[in-house]
Amino acid sequence: MRSRSGIGGMSRFNVTSVALGLAFLYLPIAILVIYSFNASRLVTVWGGWSTRWYVALLHDQAMLEAAWTSLRIAALSATAASVLGTLAAVALVRAGRFRGRTMFSGMVYAPLVMPEVITGLSLLLLFVALDAARGFWTVTIAHTTVTLSFVTVVVQSRLLSFDRSLEEAAMDLGCPPLKTFLTVTLPLIFPAVAAGWMLAFTLSFDDLVIATFSTGPGATTLPMRIYSEVRLGVKPEINAICTIMIAMVAVGVVAASLLAKRGELAKARAA
Amino acid sequence: MAQRNPGDTGSAGEPPGLAALPGSWDELVARPLVQFESVSKRFGNFVAVERLSLDIREREFFALLGPSGCGKTTLLRMLAGFEQPSEGRILLDGVDISDVPPHRRPVNMMFQSYALFPHLTVEGNVAFGLRQDGMPKPEIAARVREMLALVKLDGFGARRPHQLSGGQRQRVALARALAKRPRVLLLDEPMSALDRKLREDTRFELMELQDKLGLTFVIVTHDQEEAMTVADRIGVMNAGRLAQVATPSDIYEHPNSRWVADFIGDVNLFEGRVVSSGLGHTVIESEAGGRLLVTHPTDASAGTAVTVAVRPEKVRIDTSASRVSDENCFAGRVVEVGYLGGVSIYKVALDNGLRMKATVANRTRPVERPAGAGDRVWLSFPPEAGVVLLR
Ligand SMILES: Nc1ncnc2c1ncn2[C@@H]1O[C@H](COP(=O)(O)OP(=O)(O)OP(=O)(O)O)[C@@H](O)[C@H]1O
Ligand SMILES: [Mg+2]
Repeated sequence: MRSRSGIGGMSRFNVTSVALGLAFLYLPIAILVIYSFNASRLVTVWGGWSTRWYVALLHDQAMLEAAWTSLRIAALSATAASVLGTLAAVALVRAGRFRGRTMFSGMVYAPLVMPEVITGLSLLLLFVALDAARGFWTVTIAHTTVTLSFVTVVVQSRLLSFDRSLEEAAMDLGCPPLKTFLTVTLPLIFPAVAAGWMLAFTLSFDDLVIATFSTGPGATTLPMRIYSEVRLGVKPEINAICTIMIAMVAVGVVAASLLAKRGELAKARAA
Repeated sequence: MAQRNPGDTGSAGEPPGLAALPGSWDELVARPLVQFESVSKRFGNFVAVERLSLDIREREFFALLGPSGCGKTTLLRMLAGFEQPSEGRILLDGVDISDVPPHRRPVNMMFQSYALFPHLTVEGNVAFGLRQDGMPKPEIAARVREMLALVKLDGFGARRPHQLSGGQRQRVALARALAKRPRVLLLDEPMSALDRKLREDTRFELMELQDKLGLTFVIVTHDQEEAMTVADRIGVMNAGRLAQVATPSDIYEHPNSRWVADFIGDVNLFEGRVVSSGLGHTVIESEAGGRLLVTHPTDASAGTAVTVAVRPEKVRIDTSASRVSDENCFAGRVVEVGYLGGVSIYKVALDNGLRMKATVANRTRPVERPAGAGDRVWLSFPPEAGVVLLR
């Protein structure tokens, strides 16, 4: 019997360290979720189960507005990033060895590792220099810029394993190049594009730093709203809205990975 | 079966009497359908196809045969439009198609990997090319049904490619390439993924189809037997060049060079020098010793180094020296007997140091062998069996 030495063949030491690691990661979140259902007004005192803070949220006009702004920004920027990111991935994978290819691919990846503060600040400088009215659209553009590279990475890895003879077959049968891309390539890499969209959406939705730099009066995103409220003290409603955000992000990430996996499956079947 | 063209004059160095039969296929077809005019293709410094000229006729079944990497696929891809020739022209129906993009060429290709669209059904795959032409829906449906019936896949229309067996996928690929009734159908090793039985069936299906639809087929294959069975003419390629273009029997019986003789089938090669040559006979002094007499004429003057090629099935094996003549006769000892089912192959070490192969049909059951390993034998061949090769 193995169970004496641990679970599923893991030693007791491994089980303990995994449990500690998971606790470290998820205990704060678990506490937040549990306290969002706290009946008591005092955040630190347990007063029994209740959903009253969720109901209260429905009447918090400012919070709802911020949530709506965030949703719109996330959807718009994720869509723009998916289009641009896919095009960039196609260019990188397909264009062969054009001049400056290495530099171009390096530049696409840079935002992945760039500190957000720097990205945010440089975007702010750009918007100021362009004399753009800062608000909803500047945040959307900033988020598109930042999330684009994530889409590119996801789509690029799919394209690298894409069988080009499928495109050749389409053209051979009389399909012009652009139509081939739309009717053959895009449907087949779509899971990767959708995964990229999900990723971009969640990244945009929970971004605080870049939004803070690039926004102006009148456009407050949800994370900004939460942050400013928390500075005045943690209210139970905040726990509730954060729980909703966690749920959304979790759904988004799981959906993205499922889509990516489905793409892998389709590829394996096609092979 | 497609029409054979008996009078092919493509190969050099063959007896003039054999080439021009009256009313030959050449006269029936004035202009070739596809013409490669001194086409070269370079990838960087590497020359994949070198100044190659080739004519393919209307309704012909043409096979390209050659070792791996000799440029067969490159040649097909240039015809389909996926690669541009570095030099030379490709004409279709007498018109230069070098600048025509792949989607506007009346040429369809069946890919080696099949390249079926995984997101479309079998029907969707077959209809894909027809939709591009804007064919009306009812006509598309009718044509798809017809094509699927042709490749014996009726009832499979709603399946996805991953729900088919390898052989079925291959037939879908064939139906898809045929659906548009292309002027030329290119097949790049269409049967490499199939087992032997299925290959043979498919071969005959292909020939039947070609005959029925009256299309021009160009097939690339590694399988010599396949090329021999299906093709009207075979082009043997080596290192980016065409070594010989001729009918299957000419390629086999009248190879134009040592390389072709060696590449196609099994062959015994004797190096030697011409002693004398006249009408209907050539005498060669073999380097290893012994005289060779062949009826195959040659222009080579006395003293020229030549190679005599003899197919193993034309070699006779005897267990006593009594019945054999001076010429074309070698004594030796059997090294090994290989049983291949229909025939047995004898590998013999000759007294003069050479090795020779002879095949004997296994006519009886159980197999009666004239000789076994270690036995002394005499090998001989008639003067008609040898071919004199200058290169
Ligand atoms: N895109 C390319 N870039 C560089 N070299 C290439 C390219 N395509 C083909 N080649 C080279 O050209 C030569 C001919 O290739 P090709 O694919 O035509 O060979 P093949 O006769 O079809 O061989 P096989 O029987 O193995 O399929 C090969 O040596 C190959 O390495
Ligand atoms: Mg090939």
